[in-house]
Amino acid sequence: MKILVCIAHVPDTTSKISFVENNRKLDKNGLQFVIGPYDDFALARAVELRDQTGGKLTVLNVGTAETEPTIRKALAIGADNAIRVNAEPTDAYFVAYQIAEVAKKENFDLILMGRESSDYNGGQVHGMVGELLGIPSVSPVMKLDLNGNVATLAREIEGGKEYLEISLPFVAGCQEPIAEWKIPNMKGIMASRTKPLKVVEPVPVEMLTESITHELPPAKGACKMIPADEVEKLVELLKTEAKVL
Amino acid sequence: MQTVEQKELIKGGEFLIKDVNSAQIFIQEEFTEEQAMMAQACLDFLNKEIEPRLEEIDQAKSPELMRNLVKKAGELGLLATAVPAEYEGLGMSFNTSMLLADYVGMAHSFAVAFSAHTGIGTLPIVYYGNEEQKRKYLPKLASGEWISCYCLTEPDSGSDANSGKTRATLSAEGKHYIINGQKMWITNAGFADIFIVFAKIDDDKNLSAFIVEKGFGGITMNEPEKKLGIKGSDTRQVFFNDCHVPVENLLSERGNGFKIAVNILNIGRIKLAASCNGAAKKALEHSVRYAKERKQFNTAIANFGAIKEKIAKQATLIFVNESAYYRAGQNIDDCIEAFIANGMPEAEAKLKAFEQFAIECAIMKVFGSETLDYCVDEAVQIFGGMGYSAEAPVERCYRDSRINRIFEGTNEINRMLCVGTIVKRAMKGELNLMPAIMEVQKELMSGGGDLRFDNSFMSYEKAVLKNLKKATLMTAGAAVQKFTTNLQNEQEVMLNLADMLIQVYTLESAILRLEKLASIRGQASVAIQADMVRSFLLEAADTVYISGKNAINAFAEGEMHKALMGSLRKLSRTEAYNAKEARRRIADFILEQGKYPF
Repeated sequence: MKILVCIAHVPDTTSKISFVENNRKLDKNGLQFVIGPYDDFALARAVELRDQTGGKLTVLNVGTAETEPTIRKALAIGADNAIRVNAEPTDAYFVAYQIAEVAKKENFDLILMGRESSDYNGGQVHGMVGELLGIPSVSPVMKLDLNGNVATLAREIEGGKEYLEISLPFVAGCQEPIAEWKIPNMKGIMASRTKPLKVVEPVPVEMLTESITHELPPAKGACKMIPADEVEKLVELLKTEAKVL
Repeated sequence: MQTVEQKELIKGGEFLIKDVNSAQIFIQEEFTEEQAMMAQACLDFLNKEIEPRLEEIDQAKSPELMRNLVKKAGELGLLATAVPAEYEGLGMSFNTSMLLADYVGMAHSFAVAFSAHTGIGTLPIVYYGNEEQKRKYLPKLASGEWISCYCLTEPDSGSDANSGKTRATLSAEGKHYIINGQKMWITNAGFADIFIVFAKIDDDKNLSAFIVEKGFGGITMNEPEKKLGIKGSDTRQVFFNDCHVPVENLLSERGNGFKIAVNILNIGRIKLAASCNGAAKKALEHSVRYAKERKQFNTAIANFGAIKEKIAKQATLIFVNESAYYRAGQNIDDCIEAFIANGMPEAEAKLKAFEQFAIECAIMKVFGSETLDYCVDEAVQIFGGMGYSAEAPVERCYRDSRINRIFEGTNEINRMLCVGTIVKRAMKGELNLMPAIMEVQKELMSGGGDLRFDNSFMSYEKAVLKNLKKATLMTAGAAVQKFTTNLQNEQEVMLNLADMLIQVYTLESAILRLEKLASIRGQASVAIQADMVRSFLLEAADTVYISGKNAINAFAEGEMHKALMGSLRKLSRTEAYNAKEARRRIADFILEQGKYPF
């Protein structure tokens, strides 16, 4: 069983985000980066499946050298080896294309990733990878059990769950509670130093989209408290100050 | 070919008489990616397993909860850091285990259970166990399958540890020691499998140490003590009634127990400074959050100078504290490495290195625990009336902090220990203190002692530091001349001298960290750290002056008094500096970051 987990290198979810270069680029200064939280769930389940099947677990990231600490964390959590496609991940198609190029050569039985990254939240990469490889893709997967070459999946759908069976190989965009996210243990961290991390150059891909600018949500305004017995004053303020009535 | 520059080995206590170059010290900004990942894993564990259960832990309804949490920490390898790899441990450097202690420190009662197990519970076997004992006990202690506790203190034997009444007698068949006695304040007792017990064999003058398994029988205990703080830490009185311990479970040699106790506590002391820092950072974070939320007079209280001053002082002490214990930690690691390179066995090398830095360990125990006490006290003050409520997180911080000035040797014992050790080393000729004192006296008699500095970075701060060292040497020299060997009975003067030493060591550490950091990142990017060092410098100089004055007043009269005080004033002089503005800048930065960011 060969499993691939694709991880994004994203700012910690509590980070204060700001932009530079006329709001074109993220200001990475002082930001702490982590494995995408949904990818973390995918990785945790992949570690369990690898242990269960005695297979090999590869982790892949499309990113520049600065993502290596994040990749090594995935190795510390339990991946056997890692591949970094040495490129700035410009959009979902670019990333999916690079993943598919690697996957074509390696014949993975299972390709897992988060349902979406937590930076741009596109949620498209798993679908595109499936399409580029000509195999099915399912998302968002919240349960994944293997029985030989067949997997049982549970998918979250509006107001309920869908259960499906699917033959290997396939791509899954994962979310909790597929597995409990794992904290790397000290031995894993020490071992991660010596696990193979291969760097491959990207293949050329046509740029389909380009990010022009970013906008932050408006800053929260001051909160004004109106005593419960002054409804008239509240209505007045909603009309004159907030101008929503 | 590039030559590898041999690191100059620094001796313990030498800081008082030697100038140290910032390139020679370790700063925490130099931790590797791997060490940072370990720290993050530790933090993730605390946030996931401990933080949501703080209340449940403090209710201490069953000892099993804490036992399971310690075991969970074991599954991540957090209990194995100091255990050598050949006994299924991780054999990490001392500074790495300090880094983890720093993080665990924020975990209230769990931190105490954790430190007791990994420190005083496990280290006696790591350092003094024979091969069989290590093979039998260390793997299980490293994994958390067995939990250990340390039984030294007795109802009538606290600071005077060697006066314990617990006795061990050899059984008639010669195969067992039979232990009888009572121990108290035993952390983790309620769920421990292993008890490191100190007892005197027959009428020995000195203690011996034993590895006692709960299964040996003859061990009973009281209900957990009801305490002011660390309520979730399972602390009990333990009674040994004809407890039969196989003779092979004697640790080290007969009569070696007091030495074991002292050396193991020595290691615990500096680690305590690290865990206090973790707790202090948490108190600061609570303070910052509340100061930004709480509005009075139509504005967040964070906007008031009185609150900013507290936040800045909290952050500054935290910065200074960590600068010093990581510096000392690396000195210890280097010393261990050098001893091993000279052919010393690893366990012995570690013990000798800690002994070498006993002065620094004692200094850090005092400074670390007092840093925390300051931070929690001001955290409660920032919370105002709310801080006195058990619903506020700082209430727990406040209660849990207090024990740190008491255990692992009271701060009074540690203050006297650092002065006593320096004097003892000087008498033995291990530390060239006397020539340094004479040189200062000579310099002062010829009208020296002025601040000499130029415009270069840190030149002024280093000049002040140099003079503060001289002030300490002068006062200590005069005290030794006055009291000679009787100085140890003049505890008040010893405490004054200790305060001078503590200021000198911590100030120097902060200056050197700043200097090294500026050399790596450039001066412009360390402006806030520079504000912290400079505002601390003012306080350090004042403390040296006041402590020196108290000491001199206690033993000098007439012309002697006048001369010493004149010199002390000169040597503790500082230039004009607007610390108020510096503290506002520090506080604004910390408030913006939302927590201690360095």
